[in-house]
Amino acid sequence: MAMPTENDVPVLPDTPKISLKSVFKVFGERPEKALELFRSGKSKADVHAETGNSIGVSDASFDIYPGEIFVIMGLSGSGKSTLLRLLNRLIEPTSGSIAIDGQDITKMSRSELIALRRRDISMVFQSFALLPNRTVLNNAAFGLEVAGVGEEERKAKALAALEAVGLSGYADSRPDQLSGGMKQRVGLARALASEPTVLLMDEAFSALDPLIRTEMQDELVRLQSEHSRTIVFVSHDLDEAMRIGDRICIMQDGEVIQVGTPDEIVTQPANDYVRSFFRNVDVAQVFKAGDVARQTQVTIIERQGVSAAAALERMKKFDRDYAIILGRDKTYHGMVSRSSLIENVKAKDPDPYRRAFLADVEPIPSDEPLSNVLGRVAGSAWPVPVVDARQRYIGSISKSALLETLDRAS
Amino acid sequence: MNFEIGDAVDTAVNYVLDNYSPALDVIASAIGFVTDGILNLLTSAPMPLGIAIFVLLSLWRVGIGFAVFTGLSLWLVQHMGLWIPTMETLALVIASTFLAMLLGLPLGIAMARRDAIAAGVRPVLDLMQTMPAFVYLIPAAMFFGLGAVPGTIATVIFAMPPVVRLTNLGIRQVDSEFIEAGQAFGCTSSQLLFKVQLPNALPSIMAGINQTIMLSLSMVVIASMIGAGGIGNIVLTGIQRLDVGTGFEGGLAVVILAVILDRITQSLGRESVGLRRFLSLKPASQRVRAASAPGVAASTAG
Repeated sequence: MAMPTENDVPVLPDTPKISLKSVFKVFGERPEKALELFRSGKSKADVHAETGNSIGVSDASFDIYPGEIFVIMGLSGSGKSTLLRLLNRLIEPTSGSIAIDGQDITKMSRSELIALRRRDISMVFQSFALLPNRTVLNNAAFGLEVAGVGEEERKAKALAALEAVGLSGYADSRPDQLSGGMKQRVGLARALASEPTVLLMDEAFSALDPLIRTEMQDELVRLQSEHSRTIVFVSHDLDEAMRIGDRICIMQDGEVIQVGTPDEIVTQPANDYVRSFFRNVDVAQVFKAGDVARQTQVTIIERQGVSAAAALERMKKFDRDYAIILGRDKTYHGMVSRSSLIENVKAKDPDPYRRAFLADVEPIPSDEPLSNVLGRVAGSAWPVPVVDARQRYIGSISKSALLETLDRAS
Repeated sequence: MNFEIGDAVDTAVNYVLDNYSPALDVIASAIGFVTDGILNLLTSAPMPLGIAIFVLLSLWRVGIGFAVFTGLSLWLVQHMGLWIPTMETLALVIASTFLAMLLGLPLGIAMARRDAIAAGVRPVLDLMQTMPAFVYLIPAAMFFGLGAVPGTIATVIFAMPPVVRLTNLGIRQVDSEFIEAGQAFGCTSSQLLFKVQLPNALPSIMAGINQTIMLSLSMVVIASMIGAGGIGNIVLTGIQRLDVGTGFEGGLAVVILAVILDRITQSLGRESVGLRRFLSLKPASQRVRAASAPGVAASTAG
């Protein structure tokens, strides 16, 4: 009768934004020859022995849809950063096709490629890559400047991008005056200023400390909810991938092992490698304490004669009841609670930390199997610290982190 | 058996002299135009104005202490009667440095972009730096006659390598992530050069220019042997007459010029601290940091 509403129309999968078809990248002198050998069934090791070439990405085929956050995950050396750089041809693919909006970018001329990079794709880097000779505003305006946008327009757009990431007050600062988290916000603003449809992020938050990293992940998800783009995000961090990814692509030794939603990957892992990430049969036997430890607790470097007021302020800011006290070399000294520290600060104790140490905290060696420490973590009122063989603090295991890990085993 | 390399060089020089003298004349007049222009400008300016300009430059780029040193030392040069020769030497240094940069910067950039060019140019730079200067003073005089022009050419040959090498090195040392960022945002290769590589290589390039200036200064003194003029003449006279006093005065003027040029050009690679510090425009905390910067420390020593 009336016009059909949107709900009446069956939901069809969108046409892909980015589509890869059997993409290979071979590093070395004679890539064609190496590829031929590899295709004839030789192993990567044999190909390397014979030609000296190494295969960075082999036979990658998948689609990325408009508006999704697509996380490429794998251990270091798995080819994930290489794969990301193939998408804007910072690294030239050896064979295969990569289509963006249906256009094969591997066949583009130099000038078409430059136009594509200016218009459609921008990138955020692990160590920020802000140009030190430019102000924050001019860094944010870099892409527009390169594209030949007039000064007034590009300043307005760059300022709007800085505002979107909450840094409009720092437009005239230099990058070296900013903290790591703020620098990466500028990196994000620079990438957003040209209003690209695709955002490539290479371990963008890995250089940030864990509390800031979480904050930036939330920021990215918020920006995505305001203005939807296609984001390809490379990460080695399982928690990050699960947290922000609409879909996750798992890579091992240059091969795409599995692509799916976080749920699919947890419930139907493609092989043991994926399973070892997500669904170990006996996770408590396989994981060591160091694998589960997370750096989410506030840590404080112990310095003689320095008041603990700043430490208390940080605990308050991050809303933590406990803090780990470390030496300058990151060795574990002890653990304090907020209340015990407040008492010692009030009493003007010259050595505020030592007396505030919780008496019955014994750090766990990082190579201890998880099964041996289940009881201790479960029975402890606070997160239990984990140290390496040289007594350096690695992280803490909280009850919730433990439960999360065990839950994946079910 | 003997290789008659010396004979071959003689033949080559004569061949060039016989067949390319019009071309040599064009080069000579072009270089002469540059050197004469700078020379006239510097020697015709009244001495008090000249000193004032140097003092203000020192104040702006380095600091109040160094400005006082500049004023006093140039006053000394004037009272040794060496103001005009000093300005002649300075004109040759400026002309040589200008020509060395004109040739050296593009060459350094080309070396950074193509390994083959770098491999080809590097031994030539080694040759230019190690070949005793007197060896090419003679053909320079044969090609271009006596005077400031062959002096400038010999100086350019001797002083150019640092600016070429350090431009090449500076560009190659730019962080690869900056290059990737430039490319990812759609830089053409010339945009990458001017917006990313050169700005980040600037401290290294400025160090090269500073070295080129210092080497030019040492060479223009030697070039007085083929009539380049300037303070070198004073030193040469001192040597020929065994007049230790005159020689020392000339040497002192060279040292003074060297110190002033060195401090001012070193400061060009960074933001100026001198004037703002003098006028106390910076907050106290930053002034403490500025005071520990090398340039300022040097000025108090001077």
